[in-house]
Amino acid sequence: MASNPNTYRNQPDERGHFGDYGGRYVAETLMPLVLDLEREYRAAQADPAFQAEFDDLLEHYVGRPSPLYFAERLTEALGGAQVWFKRDELNHTGAHKINNCIGQILLAIRMGKTRIIAETGAGQHGVATATVCARFGLPCVIYMGAEDVRRQSPNVFRMKLLGAEVVPVTSGRGTLKDAMNEGLRDWVANVHDTFYIIGTAAGPHPYPELVRDFQSVIGKEARAQLQDRIGRLPDLLVAAIGGGSNALGLFHPFLDDPDVKMLGVEAAGHGLDGDEHAASLLGGFPGVLHGNKTYLLQDDDGQITEGHSISAGLDYPGIGPEHAWLKDTGRVEYTAITDEEALDAFQLLCRTEGIIPALEPSHAIAAVAKRAKEMPKDSVILANLCGRGDKDIFTVAERLGVQM
Amino acid sequence: MKTMSDRLSNAFSKPHPALVCFITAGDGDTSAYLDALVEGGADVIELGMPFTDPMADGPAIQNANLRSLGAGTTTADVLRIARKFRERHPDVPLVLMGYANPMIRRGPDWFAKAAKEAGADGVICVDIPPEEDDALGPHLREVGISPIRLATPTTDAKRLPQVLEGSSGFLYYVAVAGITGMQQAAIESIEANVSRIKQSTDIPVAVGFGVRTPEQAAEIAQVADGVVVGSALVELVGEHGENAPEKLRELTASLAKAVHSAARASA
Repeated sequence: MASNPNTYRNQPDERGHFGDYGGRYVAETLMPLVLDLEREYRAAQADPAFQAEFDDLLEHYVGRPSPLYFAERLTEALGGAQVWFKRDELNHTGAHKINNCIGQILLAIRMGKTRIIAETGAGQHGVATATVCARFGLPCVIYMGAEDVRRQSPNVFRMKLLGAEVVPVTSGRGTLKDAMNEGLRDWVANVHDTFYIIGTAAGPHPYPELVRDFQSVIGKEARAQLQDRIGRLPDLLVAAIGGGSNALGLFHPFLDDPDVKMLGVEAAGHGLDGDEHAASLLGGFPGVLHGNKTYLLQDDDGQITEGHSISAGLDYPGIGPEHAWLKDTGRVEYTAITDEEALDAFQLLCRTEGIIPALEPSHAIAAVAKRAKEMPKDSVILANLCGRGDKDIFTVAERLGVQM
Repeated sequence: MKTMSDRLSNAFSKPHPALVCFITAGDGDTSAYLDALVEGGADVIELGMPFTDPMADGPAIQNANLRSLGAGTTTADVLRIARKFRERHPDVPLVLMGYANPMIRRGPDWFAKAAKEAGADGVICVDIPPEEDDALGPHLREVGISPIRLATPTTDAKRLPQVLEGSSGFLYYVAVAGITGMQQAAIESIEANVSRIKQSTDIPVAVGFGVRTPEQAAEIAQVADGVVVGSALVELVGEHGENAPEKLRELTASLAKAVHSAARASA
């Protein structure tokens, strides 16, 4: 628990623990590396030149600040609270992932690393990583489950256009978690020159902390923009959760505002009552995987089970450790949205606002739709529109029975 | 019957280095395979606990994990295999090796007691470094099981004392920065690192990762207290199935001959 009970913003502790969660559960070969990374991150935090370069790239390369948008027609359609969106889908590469990749590649360069690796599920983090590697002229290897390579061919082609090598992972069951295993295997064999750009606020310390910090630009901007526009803080923040980096980026700057409630939205897939979901917090148990202790989808013997979601970006059997802690402390409420509900919300946003959202934030929008109706008209919901839906139109067409 | 710590220390007190043999539990007829390893001359047995996500392992042991889990192997099955081994071989040290999550799923207390009851002498947990020792180490020491740590080419002199603190039985020196079953490190690098480690500790040092042949094992036996072979044995299991015991016995015998013919570099 936090040493100062009055703040939720002083985690993790010096060992990288968020309460009981987080930590550095890695093989000994990687341990000196993650300690180096932590030292370098502390030095970068204290270096105004690092922050200045990060800010400059976010403004001129990524296109920040992203707009804060009042969704007037959606608000009318729902008939309750005012709905506002943080438009991170308008970033370069179409999602929030790029914020983190900019920060991590600057760290990699600072550490003198000359080769970049990453894992990807749907391909958004892979595209964002390939993008920053092209921008800085570093070779890049992306590990991607063989099944995802097949399903997400446009993103595979994007990564290749950007100069990345995409390695289809057939080990295990060929999914995102297997891609992450393969990334860790590469890293352990190439520790001398390789930097692993992890795509979400998970993995061994200091990754959960630094990814959160790089993504916190979302919440910092939104806080200032909302103050500027309506002179108050929101009543409720809503964000979708796979690993949880866009949600932490939005939530973290507001954690110590007691009047701001927060709702994290997991993927309920075909429903939480069966096995076909990706809700680690609501349907999993604490355990250790990929370098950190957190809630995991697993069986009684601690074997990891496969997640399912219509959204490939939410389809991971774990969750960032800070979310595990925020759940246990009760500071953030977590709920889950099914594939069907997310599809409905996807179409609702298309028609009411002229915005095609990714399937990940469609889960957040579905939760917003439920909550807005229960809240008074003068209350304010702020949701993170963390990605655009171009990548998902084929999946949606298939689910709606449309031939393209 | 010997006490736990005695079995491991006896294995490393022989006039020759120890041969440590690894196979994955539940991948085929494990009891028959273990007997073959002992008959072939293995001094220490490492029994792998299968896990869905074996991040530190190469293809050979990954596939063994998948075969084992595909056959329905549970933690209870692994412990049963260990207990039966202990009944058949009261003097041969047995070490459980695996990943954190299956070990701590029912609580580290539960696992430590269950492993003790099954006759294990040591536990190697790949993804619990000294920094996270609290997650399992104290519970193992409490019941008298040796937590066996790994040191690697990236473990520098400053870090080594932390790795040694709280470890016992033997130290597993991972010869290559990489995963199991891949290339072997240069003997010069192994010799330099092992002698550096031995200046800091009296715990025996066994060397593994990438050791496949009697020739390699003989070379390493010149400079270390033990030699660990895993992937080459696991591959025989994958290739030969129910006919694997004879193959395992042959390879183990040739490895044992190579390792045992070296004099202890230090004792």
